[in-house]
Amino acid sequence: MKTKLLSAAAALCVAIVMSVQAFAACDWKPERAVTFIVPWGAGGGTDANSRMMASMLSEKFGVPFNVVNRTGGNGVTGHSAIATAKPDGYTIGAATVEINTMHWVGLTDLTYENISPIALIDIVPAGVTVKKGSPFTSVTELIAYAGENPGELTGSGTSQGGIWHLALAGMLQSEGLAPDAIRWIPSKGAGPAMQELMAGGVDVVTVALSESKSLIEQGELVGLAYMHNERMAALPDVPTTKEELASGWTLAAWITLSGPEGMPEDIVCSYEAAVKEIVGTQQWADFKVSRGATVVDMGSAELIEMMKQSDSDLGATIKAIGLAK
Amino acid sequence: MFSEILMQVIALDNLMIILGCTLYGTFVGAIPGLTATMAVALLVPFTFYLDPVPAISAIVATTTTAIFAGDISGTLLRIPGTPASAAYIDDAYRLSKVGRAKTSLLVSVTTAAIGGVVGVIILSLLAPQLARIAISFSSFESFWLACLGLTCAVLTGHGTVPKSLASLFIGLAIASVGIDIAVGHPRFTFGLPELLDGISFIPAMIGIFAFSEVLRSVQSTLNGQAAAASAKEKLGQAAARAGRALGTYRTTIARSSIMGTLIGALPGAGADIAAWISYAVARRFSKEPEKFGNGHLEGIAAGGSANNAAIAGAWTPSLVFGIPGDSVTAIAIGVLMLKGLSPGPRIFIDQPELIHTLFGSFFLANIIMLPMGLLAIMMSSYILRIPRAIMTPIILLFSLVGAYAINGTAVAIWIVLGLGITGYFMEENGIPLAPAILGIVLGKIIEDNFMVSMIKAQGNISAFFEREYSMILGVATVLLWCYLIVRTGVELMSKRHRNL
Repeated sequence: MKTKLLSAAAALCVAIVMSVQAFAACDWKPERAVTFIVPWGAGGGTDANSRMMASMLSEKFGVPFNVVNRTGGNGVTGHSAIATAKPDGYTIGAATVEINTMHWVGLTDLTYENISPIALIDIVPAGVTVKKGSPFTSVTELIAYAGENPGELTGSGTSQGGIWHLALAGMLQSEGLAPDAIRWIPSKGAGPAMQELMAGGVDVVTVALSESKSLIEQGELVGLAYMHNERMAALPDVPTTKEELASGWTLAAWITLSGPEGMPEDIVCSYEAAVKEIVGTQQWADFKVSRGATVVDMGSAELIEMMKQSDSDLGATIKAIGLAK
Repeated sequence: MFSEILMQVIALDNLMIILGCTLYGTFVGAIPGLTATMAVALLVPFTFYLDPVPAISAIVATTTTAIFAGDISGTLLRIPGTPASAAYIDDAYRLSKVGRAKTSLLVSVTTAAIGGVVGVIILSLLAPQLARIAISFSSFESFWLACLGLTCAVLTGHGTVPKSLASLFIGLAIASVGIDIAVGHPRFTFGLPELLDGISFIPAMIGIFAFSEVLRSVQSTLNGQAAAASAKEKLGQAAARAGRALGTYRTTIARSSIMGTLIGALPGAGADIAAWISYAVARRFSKEPEKFGNGHLEGIAAGGSANNAAIAGAWTPSLVFGIPGDSVTAIAIGVLMLKGLSPGPRIFIDQPELIHTLFGSFFLANIIMLPMGLLAIMMSSYILRIPRAIMTPIILLFSLVGAYAINGTAVAIWIVLGLGITGYFMEENGIPLAPAILGIVLGKIIEDNFMVSMIKAQGNISAFFEREYSMILGVATVLLWCYLIVRTGVELMSKRHRNL
């Protein structure tokens, strides 16, 4: 009887130890090269953040993290590659805000539930930017004019239904205007959109303020508003939409580190811990300052909550402007 | 200040990096399927550990040589390294078939270096002014510029105008596969996600040129016509011939270099359009236009200098406004920003050393490319001694691996095979291949800019002639079209007369 009890106790102990290990060991380590998928092109913001993160992860783990740009299909190709990879920790990637917009506009069936979010790397708020010499000196003037002359002004920044399109249409809609009161001109990205703005082809762009920052600093473009709660440290003269607009509209794109669907908990939390350590370093802080951004620190659980909220908000905007499929 | 800049340019680390990168660029550029953009993208992680000057030198040296090295595989194997080399690939490959590969490649490398040097000189003198023009290009101007490029393909095609047009439309039809940017609707993708982005020009180019050539050589081997190429061209003879060509065509080279830089500075397709337009203009002004496309050095000199000059030109809007001129400079801007430097008008005032060191490195890279290119030419010419029966399967293997390497999808291999067979039948019927390639490269650009312009103008077509530059470009293009329609009519009529 006594021996039976003892062995049962021992078994219980073993079971507890094992279960604790399974849940919170967080000591998984890659033993060979890891593939880091970026759904967007080399040279862009997602690419720069990913490459920095990849090089610091590889320093930490002592194995190479190879950045692969799987571009195409407005982000579908790369996000599918992240979501459908083997969840063994040897494929991770930078899932971006588009994981929450693509499925609403009918590009793909993928949602944030098809990936394993690990950590938030960057928040990229939109801006409202015009050419120097533009008749508009504030975002309220721009919106008032668009309200009186719907369809006369044009705006650009990304493809139809892309995140910067939602930024403009959502802002107009929340201010009580028709979402197409400023007509959207699709472009292949922020660079071509700013080229159009400077060539006088469009009246306003709503790309990330960090993307138009250097041209604003040089006086070629004028920043009317920053779609965020706080002003950008590098451009303190640009007011936020929170201050300027009655609706308090804000919108930001974001970049995450995510794994494929069904990645085991101990791999997720190992990466999560590594990222937490990296974003706390001076090197990461310096990198963020150089891009005019701030360090964000958000782990898996909080990130999943944020993505859930963002998915329903963006869905509501997309439906309101009539792009949902 | 001058000596400071000189010291920076020829500092040991910078020099070593330029040397290393010209070697790397030659290697990557010569391998079919690997492009200059890919070579630069692979460099990015290394630039993390470099100072800004060597980092930019590395990118500059790699692109410059990779664009030239694309001519090596183009000349020897008929696999152009870039769409920019496709403009004169028929000339280069024909020369190689009659045993003059070295002459052709020597002309390529020297004109590339001349084009690059002219480009950097113009860039250093006129960058801010040029950038002002470039920045006033909206979708209307880009649309007309691309149309002009396409029109040049028909003008330069060495078949009849109707056949060149047929080739061009085959290319445009292929370009219509994929998501269209304006409404985001996928076309002709048959549910394959790999086709969402359209048919990439690299597998298309490999298929149309290389695979169709493989098919043809199999046929000639079967028919017992395999003529062994007389590869034994002495380097001295080749150099003398190339030297003579450079002297004879010096105005063509000068004109193409300047045009290449200017076209490269404009937003759009950069080096590709530059090479084609320069080739067409050279043919127009040439004393022997009938020789173009049949192994004429003048065409190689025109295209070769223009595409390297355009590389320098593409830096203009990037440096002055931080808006990339092509995919390579887009990466370079990313690297500069990572180093805490934002390109823009102020960089010329705040960091003139950096800018001038960049120009210096550009200059140096073009000079170092000469001996490096010579080495590559001497080594690669051995390829021609390999018997055709052994070489053909190797080309086939390289073609398929190269196509697969682009996106890592098997769909690319099917594209090579499908378009290879298309290319074979096109040539069998006297339809030139080069216009089809330009159609594939420019089709998307034209369509995007057309749709965007139409959305802006709300369907009002006269808007295409309302802006200053767009009116000039538009009228020029429409006049060329009228000329081509007349020529098509004349050629068709005269053929009917002959047949009667």
